[in-house]
Amino acid sequence: MKRFGLRGNLSAVLLVLLLAWVVVYPLLVVGREALGADLGAFFAQPTEWLALWASLWTSAASVALAALVGVPLAFVFERYDFPGRKVLGALVALPAVMPPLVGVIAFLFLYGESGFVARAVQALLARAESPWRLQGPVAILLVHAYSMYVYFYLFTRAGLAKLDAATLEAAASLGAGPFETFRRVTLPLLRPSLVGAALLTFMTALASFSAPYVFGGGFRVMTTQIVNTRLNGDLALAMLETAMLTAVALLGFAVVQWTEGNRAVASVGKGTPPALRIISNPLARRLAAAAGWLLAAVLLLPHATLILISFVPVNTWTTEALPPAFGVVNYRLLFSEAERLRPMLNSLWMAGAATALAVAVAVWAGQLAVRRRSPLGRVIEMLLALPWAVPGTVLAIALATVFSVHRPLAGRFILVGTAAILPLAYFVRNLPLTGRALLAGFRQLDPALDEAAQSLGAGRLRRLTRVTLPLLKPAIAAGGALAFVTALGDFVTSILLYTFETRPISIEILTSLRVGELGVAAAFGVVLMAVSAAALGVGARLGR
Amino acid sequence: MSGYLRLEGLTKTYAEHRAVDALTLDVARGEVLALLGPSGSGKTTTLRLLAGFERPDAGRIVVDGEDVTTFAPAARRFGMVFQNYALFPHLDVGENVAFGLRTSREVAAKRVAEVLEMVDLAGFARRKVAELSGGQQQRVALARSLAPEPRVLLLDEPLSNLDPSLRERTRRELREAIGRTGITTVFVTHEQEEAFDLGDRVAVLSAGRLEQVGTPDELYDRPATVFVATFVGRANELPGELVGGRPGSRAIVRPEAMRFAAAGALAGTVVARRFAGGHAYFTVRGESGVTFEVFAEHGAARVGAAVRVAVDRVLFREGGGA
Repeated sequence: MKRFGLRGNLSAVLLVLLLAWVVVYPLLVVGREALGADLGAFFAQPTEWLALWASLWTSAASVALAALVGVPLAFVFERYDFPGRKVLGALVALPAVMPPLVGVIAFLFLYGESGFVARAVQALLARAESPWRLQGPVAILLVHAYSMYVYFYLFTRAGLAKLDAATLEAAASLGAGPFETFRRVTLPLLRPSLVGAALLTFMTALASFSAPYVFGGGFRVMTTQIVNTRLNGDLALAMLETAMLTAVALLGFAVVQWTEGNRAVASVGKGTPPALRIISNPLARRLAAAAGWLLAAVLLLPHATLILISFVPVNTWTTEALPPAFGVVNYRLLFSEAERLRPMLNSLWMAGAATALAVAVAVWAGQLAVRRRSPLGRVIEMLLALPWAVPGTVLAIALATVFSVHRPLAGRFILVGTAAILPLAYFVRNLPLTGRALLAGFRQLDPALDEAAQSLGAGRLRRLTRVTLPLLKPAIAAGGALAFVTALGDFVTSILLYTFETRPISIEILTSLRVGELGVAAAFGVVLMAVSAAALGVGARLGR
Repeated sequence: MSGYLRLEGLTKTYAEHRAVDALTLDVARGEVLALLGPSGSGKTTTLRLLAGFERPDAGRIVVDGEDVTTFAPAARRFGMVFQNYALFPHLDVGENVAFGLRTSREVAAKRVAEVLEMVDLAGFARRKVAELSGGQQQRVALARSLAPEPRVLLLDEPLSNLDPSLRERTRRELREAIGRTGITTVFVTHEQEEAFDLGDRVAVLSAGRLEQVGTPDELYDRPATVFVATFVGRANELPGELVGGRPGSRAIVRPEAMRFAAAGALAGTVVARRFAGGHAYFTVRGESGVTFEVFAEHGAARVGAAVRVAVDRVLFREGGGA
């Protein structure tokens, strides 16, 4: 209920201008340039609308597949108790910590035409050729199902944990059998969680780039089509494609915002979730545990494959079913050659700088939107969330367009080709992550704490450093760790914006792969995974 | 009584709603003033205006001759104890208490020990806030607000977060601590008992307006308005003509100013009895349909009995002459 002073208004206007400049303005510029392209030609060319159609149907199929894996898993882990439930329950969420490109190359090494599984089948059948090629929509959907079922798994588990056992018992006492209870009570109550997971999966699949890029071959979705058109030099068409993808994504974003607004209706009262059903039949227990561990093995196979390949020296493994030699030579290469060390240092400082900046802006936004209830609060929150809806490809193209000319009066400067463009792109992509965490953090802060500090004579700076920031530490750690990991593993914006000097790890992985240094690529992937896991671990620890 | 702290025509409006309406109050140096009123009466807003968390639309706040109306909270040198204490969870007890001190480490440590001693928490400086009981947290909050030696102490519902069993003891401790420092204090409460026990004087607020300010006895025996008469203590509202007033007027009578008497002017039936130790409150439905309470010895009447009731004293009349 604080009156909003001149200084507060000025600060809010400044923040809105900054966010509009890096988030909205580039999209508008793309929109304007797209108007110059021939819309008729877009629809006349089957490759164009086929790519759009491919984006849509693969995304929908990804949702269905991810739900098919994630929802039953969630029920098993939330409702039944069996040996190893806790450990497995955590392992099952592991695909989430794999950067997209790393997951893709792990799949390549595992299920690709010269991967372990293919070689094993080849040896088993004594065939001269690889039994299959991992390519096209099937390969893409496989990767998507693997990396995105986690959304359904986590959302459904959270939804189930909030369910009140009394509602299920009420249904039973009214004569409903287990199936009817599930259909008429459990499922409707889970609907918000399922809708949330479905939208998240759809948006992620729509923006997915790594899998279609590596496995697509001739099969194009919008993200790869845009990059291809741009490489072919048809800039106007690339703009139009970008605008098309943006329109679809923003439509999805609007649906998400709308359903999130409706979600509040879902929970009525507090209650205790149903008790875990303990599987008592010893045989069933053993079966459940075995199935659980088998599943965990399948889920961890890509991680294990990556680690294994990282120990295979380059050019030692040709046609054998298993690698003939192992050693740490790849890792030694990574850390002894300056040119290989550079991408790692690049990624670290660029992700670090982008994260620090995104945290600072999120704190600024939280102060204004939550603490001081700025009249511009809603606008600020919207601008912070918006980059989430914009596919990485679109964002990269938009930034590349705006910051490739020097027109200071139009707010455009030459940043493309400099060391600033990638951190800027990472920063914009980080905004929704830090923004969400810190706005939630600010909402949990008791305003009386700040008032108490005021009445004790503390000024603005002292209140921020001694009270607000220490109390926000969990939110900063959680949001910051997630943002850092996302930026560190980024591939989709990097491939469009990197320069040789500023190339990040993901680009180096791709280069190593292209020149046939599989072991080096894997070693980079392992380092990336390890640093990501460490960052998330530190974040979780500080967040407690 | 010279006003050390003076509120002059304070007004605060939220979207058409007058939370505080032209409030004027004087508080003497060292006096403890209670702001008493039902929820929505503007007492908390008044306290927040005093603390500086809200700016008044009109009026002034003067302390010791200095107009502090436009001062930021940090510049007022007012101590405040919040309803939920607002202790900093990331700091320990000593760090909480030292937060407002602007002195060297040694001097601060000495002062922290001093105020903790004063609230009977000597040796608690290194404890975590979460480890303390509700009553201890309240005393830490008090120590923290007193440490920088504020000019005025503000307390927002200081006992409302405590278990009823703890309240009486904590109230006594609070009264002693405030008494020891002799600090000018304003506190907000909706509990009459709390207001009367802690306050030297009580200001009764209703709908943002000051109804009356005075000692507990004055408020109880000589209420200035119907609101004060009915809000402070128990009271019956009777049609004036039943107790010798002009037709159409209203009369306020305390239950203890009524008694069962064969020659009583009011006739009725006892419909309920509520025990209160040696005495009881009897609910009587009068012949004219009006219902009132009589405070008498618990065996004075049976439920269902027809009784006559005499009125010893009318506390307040409105709308007509006596």
